[in-house]
Amino acid sequence: MGKVIIDGAIVDNQWQRLEGDTLEGELPTGNIIVPLAYWQANRDALLSRGDVAVWLAPGEEPKDLEDDLAALPLVAIHFPAFKDGRGYSYARELRTRYGFKGEVRATGDVLRDQLFYMTRCGFNAFEVREDRSIEEALEGLNDFSVTYQGDVNEPRPLYRRG
Amino acid sequence: MYVYQEYDQRLLEERVAQYRDQTRRFLANELSEDEFLALRLQNGLYIQRYAPMLRISVPYGLLASRQLRRLAHIVRTYDKGFCHVSTRQNIQLNWPSVEEVPDILAELADVQMHAIQTSGNCIRNITTDEFAGVNPKEIEDPRPWCEIIRQWSTFNPEFAYLPRKFKIAVNAVPDADPALIGVHDIGVQLVHGANGETGFQVWAGGGLGRTPMTGAIIGEFVPWQDLLAYLESILRVYNKYGNRDNKYKARIKILVKALGAEKYRELVEQEFAELKGGEMTLTAEEVARIKGCFTAPDYQSVDTAALDAKLVEDKAFSRWFHTNTRAHKQAGYRAVTLTLKRTGRVPGDISDEQLEAVADLADKYSFGELRNSHQQNMVLSDVAANDLYDLWKALDALGFATPNLGLLTDIVACPGGDLCALANAKSIPVAESIQRRFDDMDYVHDLGPLDLNISGCMNACGHHHIGHIGILGVDKKGKEFYQVTLGGRGDKLSRVGEKMGPSFESEEITDVVEKIIKFYVEKRLENEPFIDTYERIGMDPFKERIYG
Ligand code: HEM
Ligand code: SF4
Repeated sequence: MGKVIIDGAIVDNQWQRLEGDTLEGELPTGNIIVPLAYWQANRDALLSRGDVAVWLAPGEEPKDLEDDLAALPLVAIHFPAFKDGRGYSYARELRTRYGFKGEVRATGDVLRDQLFYMTRCGFNAFEVREDRSIEEALEGLNDFSVTYQGDVNEPRPLYRRG
Repeated sequence: MYVYQEYDQRLLEERVAQYRDQTRRFLANELSEDEFLALRLQNGLYIQRYAPMLRISVPYGLLASRQLRRLAHIVRTYDKGFCHVSTRQNIQLNWPSVEEVPDILAELADVQMHAIQTSGNCIRNITTDEFAGVNPKEIEDPRPWCEIIRQWSTFNPEFAYLPRKFKIAVNAVPDADPALIGVHDIGVQLVHGANGETGFQVWAGGGLGRTPMTGAIIGEFVPWQDLLAYLESILRVYNKYGNRDNKYKARIKILVKALGAEKYRELVEQEFAELKGGEMTLTAEEVARIKGCFTAPDYQSVDTAALDAKLVEDKAFSRWFHTNTRAHKQAGYRAVTLTLKRTGRVPGDISDEQLEAVADLADKYSFGELRNSHQQNMVLSDVAANDLYDLWKALDALGFATPNLGLLTDIVACPGGDLCALANAKSIPVAESIQRRFDDMDYVHDLGPLDLNISGCMNACGHHHIGHIGILGVDKKGKEFYQVTLGGRGDKLSRVGEKMGPSFESEEITDVVEKIIKFYVEKRLENEPFIDTYERIGMDPFKERIYG
């Protein structure tokens, strides 16, 4: 199993993200992350399994998952391309609007130079793109020691921190 | 101007380190072209026709003399000895090398300058009236609000990968639009409420480029405390719903138009309901702290008798005074525009030596500060009346006293085909050819106010849509052609010009401009400005004359 950054540390990846075409027939055992549409179609069965999480593609908002968040251990936000920044707003909404306390994981085109921003928007887990060094990516979390705005981890903007 | 705290400085230094490492990884093939593209763009670095172009941020156009001197040093050391003032009040270098950009950034950081978010799909430099703080018509100084927005937008983690670039401008003048807020992604208009309290009318969805349009009012009156929460709401809606499939449809203007202003406002209000009153709320202390950085300089009482005498005595001085200087809030002071538009000079270009000379003049005559204007000129904002004559002499020697501000030969032009890889046609030689044709300054003065803008392609970096006369480079079977628009305005009415008809070859374009001008002179009522004549008689007679 691959590695993932969770809360600033590199650990074994305990979750397997399933794409649409891998969802034919029997689901694999163990922790799985399924697409939103699949979740919505099979919600009751998946809820009873207890080891299922959901991933959102760009265009699928946390609102679409609102009623299930309390039951989910993890929500992944997928970046097919790092330049598509919708996921930043989704992560932020998960944390600040819906108060989601579980793991928020970035998957897909996840790279070192975006990690700092992602963390600030509420992601706490990163599946770094496979062809890149996860150790180097980890460094990206320390790019800056100064932030002007408030964020998910420090809601106060600089001028309110005193 | 804004005084950097330890943390502002640290942020810049961390940025230099970050960008240096990104460049290193790119050069070591650890970052792909495409990955580095997004990173370097967020840092103002384009790869252009002959060389990279680096855009240096000048927040709301404001510069200190020591920053000018550092720019002079940079263009001498890392470029070919000149730089370019852009239509968004920034500075551009045309010949830096990719490898040296980190060193340039380090040099800039020393004087509290940077290239953060000067391009790319993020929030760009915040612009405003180049006379901000001294304009007698403004209801209050917009610069503190620009600075507050600048800090909120700088490395804002949620809005670094927007569907497209995002430009915000702030205006504090009630009946004019010197910051062009009507054609910005967001335009912020300072207003005073019933009890004199500061608030903002917020526009969204304006923009030039392809499909130019003016914005719509989204927020009628946003109390000052809520400014950032409101902007954040507009941005979040855009970040979620802006078009990501087609970059030509990705600007907020397209979204606002598609949803309708009413629907957009509704979505914004939903976000705003959540943010309002929260941690983003501005505090009186913070606003006071920022305002404290923009207090009036140490003005003296000025005896204007000597100036009055000179104005009578020296005709050339008088012409310059009436054309290139503006009224000031403070009695006895004027705001002086340095026109970077002498014939034969690339509009907006300035050399290293000139930068240093201007820095000296700023120190001597204007409290050490200077501004860039969106018409690609520079401004010394606080000159005492009895210094004007000496300053004029000095500017004349530098070639910055051409008395053509706001007149036909004060042409705004993008770099065009001489430098820009996206160009359909050249702009700089067209500007020069028109300036040469209209070399009789008496005639140019007689014509009165006239905005002529040139862009080398539909991206509209030269703001051709809002020129009274706009010239746009188009490509016809591999040849350079020019399309002419008439009737654009970059004022309070903020209007996009109308196409006159089929385009012209490069050899024809100057003749066409001359014909348009001659026709206007025939038709104008006494002292009627070009734009008024155009609006009175309409496009058809112009068309007939040119194509008939
Ligand atoms: C030479 C390299 C340059 C490149 C590659 C470039 C590229 C572009 C592009 C692609 C757009 C259109 C974006 C869109 O519509 O979404 C644009 C717009 C613009 N650029 Fe440039 N540009 C360059 C230089 C300049 C310069 C020198 C100026 C200032 C004189 C400038 C100012 C602007 C402005 C004001 C706009 C239009 C604003 C709007 O669309 O609302 N650019 N540029
Ligand atoms: S308008 Fe076109 S040609 Fe001119 S600078 Fe912009 S992109 Fe280049």
